[in-house]
Amino acid sequence: MALYNNHLGNRAAKYARNTVIVVLLLLFALATLFPIYFMIMSSFGDPIEAGAVSYSLWPGKISLESYKFFFEFSEHSYRWLLNSLIVATAVMVSNVVFATTAGYAFSKISFKGRGLLFAVLLAAMMIPYQVTQVPLYILIVNIFEIQNTYQALILPSIVTVYNIFLAKQFMGSIPGEILESAKVEGANQLKILTTIILPLSKTVMAVMAILTFMDTWNTFFWPFLVTNTMDMQTIQVGLKNFRFANTTYFAPMMAGATISAVPMFILFFSLQRYFLEGVTVGAVKG
Amino acid sequence: MAQGTTKIRNRLNRGDSAWAYAFIAVALIGYALFTAYPVISAFIISFQEYKPLGSEYIGFDNYAETFTSELFGKAVWNTIVYTVLTVPVALVLSFAVAIMIMPLKKWAQTTFKAIYYLPAVASGVALSVVWLWIYDPLPGGVLNQILALFGIDNQNWLGSSSTSMFSLVFMSWLSSHGTSIIIYVAALLGIDESYYEAADIDGASFWQKMWHIVLPCLKPTTLFLLVTGVIGSFQVFQNAYLMTGGGPDHSTTMVGLLIFDTAFKYFEFGKAAAQSLVLALMIGIIALIQFKFLGKDVEY
Repeated sequence: MALYNNHLGNRAAKYARNTVIVVLLLLFALATLFPIYFMIMSSFGDPIEAGAVSYSLWPGKISLESYKFFFEFSEHSYRWLLNSLIVATAVMVSNVVFATTAGYAFSKISFKGRGLLFAVLLAAMMIPYQVTQVPLYILIVNIFEIQNTYQALILPSIVTVYNIFLAKQFMGSIPGEILESAKVEGANQLKILTTIILPLSKTVMAVMAILTFMDTWNTFFWPFLVTNTMDMQTIQVGLKNFRFANTTYFAPMMAGATISAVPMFILFFSLQRYFLEGVTVGAVKG
Repeated sequence: MAQGTTKIRNRLNRGDSAWAYAFIAVALIGYALFTAYPVISAFIISFQEYKPLGSEYIGFDNYAETFTSELFGKAVWNTIVYTVLTVPVALVLSFAVAIMIMPLKKWAQTTFKAIYYLPAVASGVALSVVWLWIYDPLPGGVLNQILALFGIDNQNWLGSSSTSMFSLVFMSWLSSHGTSIIIYVAALLGIDESYYEAADIDGASFWQKMWHIVLPCLKPTTLFLLVTGVIGSFQVFQNAYLMTGGGPDHSTTMVGLLIFDTAFKYFEFGKAAAQSLVLALMIGIIALIQFKFLGKDVEY
């Protein structure tokens, strides 16, 4: 990096500079990681009432009692994880399929009304979700009457504009000549999509899949609104209710939070590249 | 000749439109049902007193109430305070961190980026659970314990209206900068090397390079993060809802949370729709102002 002058007069100065930088970054990293460390560490404590707990920064002992306590809180607690998995998987698959096809049509096929339709879609990204949440709730609950079903949890996010935008951005860089020659060879659009576009778009599809899965897994507000029995709740809603029911039990609360967060941590660390790549799409030209 | 190619091209493109419409069908239906219809519906509901069995038109009453409501004013004020305290700090922090990450080796860069991004991976509910205990008002509370080392008395962080807003802001400082750091690093890597080389030849110092090269080159990125940050911050709802419920004494009630309460606590859908459209208008105006004053060289 040429922003930094790497030919400083003496080696000691450069060494000192880098040490200062790393120390500052580490301090900031500690502050960022502290809540997460605290959560995981405390979840291994015993499930005793908060009055008897003195919070410490080191694990006194490792016990899984608090996890047991969390799972015994409701007969549906395993079901919450399953529900989250079902909903997040369904939303992820439908987004990858439909956003990829739509993104392809918007970026590579010329059809009547393409520009207008895409502009209309993009305009939706400017609208705060507060505007749509009340009518959407009325639509799902009073008109379709499907509250407390998987459909209600999945359908509103069946394909998001953001994902279509992501796919379109990415596919814009695929040269049109390839598609032309495929057409000359007599391939129809479906064949072009499946044999040329999809293999070339693996990265963007992976990014889309991961970010969509994570967002859906973590979402709290919508499931909270449209579920009204415990067996249909997702893990986030379950955790929230657990929190309200057990305001005094500290370690089990942390166990619950850890259970809801750890699957995403595992996903993140195993597929880090796609996460970090997905963040910059649309923000940085490059 | 040209005519010939056009003919062939037309023949080749025959049927493409049909395919295109098929490809976007699901997206359009989903959009029509779950975005377009709700937006139109919000406008209609905002002029009604909503009742499940036949709503009544009441003209601009909901809007009049929104604009004269003291609570709405307070919520707008809280939202502005929260935005002013979080967004610029997040920008400066992420910019500084991104600059500091630059001279490190590739693996160290990636590691730091991953660490800073980690809180964004955890769910808001999980984080709220942890932070509730960090802010525990008893002397044994984590933050109070840490501050006691510096001789600071223990505070009722979330339970007193003088510190509740700051507590939410502080939480945001430590858990929501991962995305902007990654974006800044990507933008820094995108700056053309030749600028630096030219500056080196002229004997520019590190700070001169920062001022004359990095800041101008990163202006679009900064504007992007500023606009999206402000837009996001104006919609903040979940964290305040989970941490304080808007209390104590409405000190952390922001517009997003107020709309939620109006709709799903008091079931005044008409009023909530009106409030949400006022919020949308405010966000639109603020975004326009930012674009107008800070340059138009940003592409989405």
